[in-house]
Amino acid sequence: MNGPAVRIAGLSKRFGGIIAIDDLSMDVEAGAFHSLLGPSGCGKTTLLRTVAGLCRPDRGNIEIDGRSMNGVPANERPTNMVFQNYAIFPHLNVERNVGFGLRRLNLGSAELNRRVDDALDMVNLGGFRKREPHTLSGGQRQRVALARALVMRPKVLLLDEPLSALDRQLRGHMQEELKRLQRSIGIAFLLVTHDQQEALSVSSAVAVMFEGKVEQCGTPRQVYFRPATRRVAEFVGTMNCFEGLAQPADSGRTPILVKGFGRIEIPVERTVPAGPDGRVIVGARPEMLALAPATGGASARGAPGLVADLSFRGETTLYEVALESDGGTASVAVPNSADAAKLRIGETVRVSLKAEGVCLFPP
Amino acid sequence: MIRRFNWLVPYAAGFLAFLYAPALLLPVFAVNDSSVVAFPLKGITLDWFRILLDSTALHSAAMNSVAVAASASVGSTILGLGAARAIARHRFALKKGIIGFIMIPLVLPEIIVGVSMLVLLLTLGLELSLWSIVLGHILICTPFSIIVLSAAFANLDRNLEEAAIDLGETVWSSFRRVTLPLVAPGIAASLLITFTISFDEFIIAFFLAGTETTLPVYIWSQLRFPARLPSVMALGTLILAASLALLVLAERLRRRVASAGPSAPEPGAP
Repeated sequence: MNGPAVRIAGLSKRFGGIIAIDDLSMDVEAGAFHSLLGPSGCGKTTLLRTVAGLCRPDRGNIEIDGRSMNGVPANERPTNMVFQNYAIFPHLNVERNVGFGLRRLNLGSAELNRRVDDALDMVNLGGFRKREPHTLSGGQRQRVALARALVMRPKVLLLDEPLSALDRQLRGHMQEELKRLQRSIGIAFLLVTHDQQEALSVSSAVAVMFEGKVEQCGTPRQVYFRPATRRVAEFVGTMNCFEGLAQPADSGRTPILVKGFGRIEIPVERTVPAGPDGRVIVGARPEMLALAPATGGASARGAPGLVADLSFRGETTLYEVALESDGGTASVAVPNSADAAKLRIGETVRVSLKAEGVCLFPP
Repeated sequence: MIRRFNWLVPYAAGFLAFLYAPALLLPVFAVNDSSVVAFPLKGITLDWFRILLDSTALHSAAMNSVAVAASASVGSTILGLGAARAIARHRFALKKGIIGFIMIPLVLPEIIVGVSMLVLLLTLGLELSLWSIVLGHILICTPFSIIVLSAAFANLDRNLEEAAIDLGETVWSSFRRVTLPLVAPGIAASLLITFTISFDEFIIAFFLAGTETTLPVYIWSQLRFPARLPSVMALGTLILAASLALLVLAERLRRRVASAGPSAPEPGAP
């Protein structure tokens, strides 16, 4: 490996008065399955189109495979795109769609046919060569769009919310297939999505974008368990936030008093700049909290509360607990293992929290 | 239960009669064996059609009309293609105003167009010829072309051209390989409709004609001689038949464009 597949440096783009991309820098590693995750309007699609060359940036540089893309038009870039609505050419059958870009390469017809066949096999559309686009289902169109892009052997494959039009089951299936394809071809995939579940499950790296900037870029685990900001934490899944008071560090660990929960100790390197009086926000994912029936007795650990609501999710049950301490609520996900306690609405419980499972944010 | 008499039926019948009875008189008198255009009919003859075959002035006027209509339809369709694509694809300043401005010839009285173009061409010192008629006809045909082609472009997914560019085509070659084939039925419909409009246009052709005339102007000149009226009727019958054929063809093409539908799949389609 020599260098990233895509290097974006200082990129900016405005549409009228609206800033779509704001001085953005980011690397897409070679061979990575890199997701751009963010709410609609955060500039992720504009960023993708700028990499493709379909959109001209106001400032900044894009390098693909070490080569600057300044002044290189979209049709000469080593990228290919799968469009959100697939953009299958309706007047051409499947093989002509897939072979569309190869026509310019002046391959022999045998070579052209072989590459079209290979691409169609790759997306499991072997028997579909002569089919007309209007006879295809959404999932099949998706595959044609993939084959049409991959047949060009791009250095980077760009995917603009390719799965958003598919139903849930098919989407899950296509996610697995995208992962398999990416691993077997080995080129970098750059995927735009607003679905955090999708980003976490398919990617090797996730860049979370807000307002034209990358707020955090890391592995799905880092983004999920060690979000850089509260905004990232709350966009990528549910995050419980509690008030905490940081105290002077002692032998490499910072004690923190979490309101209602008591004292936990966090390694110094994971602390954040605290507000006045040492105030911090202590965040915990629902599955990082534990729930136990209140047995009474002052010795019991954890914050007391009432089960306000619960929803059965299959693998887990999600409890909404109204905390006694400050009237706030905590979401707690409890795995439905065979020996899990079954709690009912209105029961008194104790919610406990472990130092390894929390993350801190500035107030 | 007694069905109430439906007044809409005689109304519709009367309406249709008002629209088409005059046109239907054309073929009737075209085959009437009398030089006087009046009832009762005298008998059936094809003589009036035979006279048409021998009139060289008529033939040259007809050829002029075909040439003018062909040029005007190609010219206005090319202009319409550019305008319709711009309207469908691009946002630009004063877009609504500009669209309104190009559509004005639709409602502008042709006599105004004819007189003002005559003044303009004479001021510029240009000689009147069939080309001046072509220019006038392009002016009035272009809005029709834009309307027909806008429908074709509205059905077209704008991502398709981008997809073609992404796959290595230039802006022009993606237009040629993707957009043009997809709007081809619209282009054909536009050519047919503008051809028909130009072919039977009289006022502008009358004002802007030089030494050569078009068919409608020729017909008008023939009406001064009562004896020629039946052969004009015969000619009118032929033109009517041809116009109907062209319009039916254009309408069928337009429907094909409309039913081709958007190219994108419906969200959530299996």
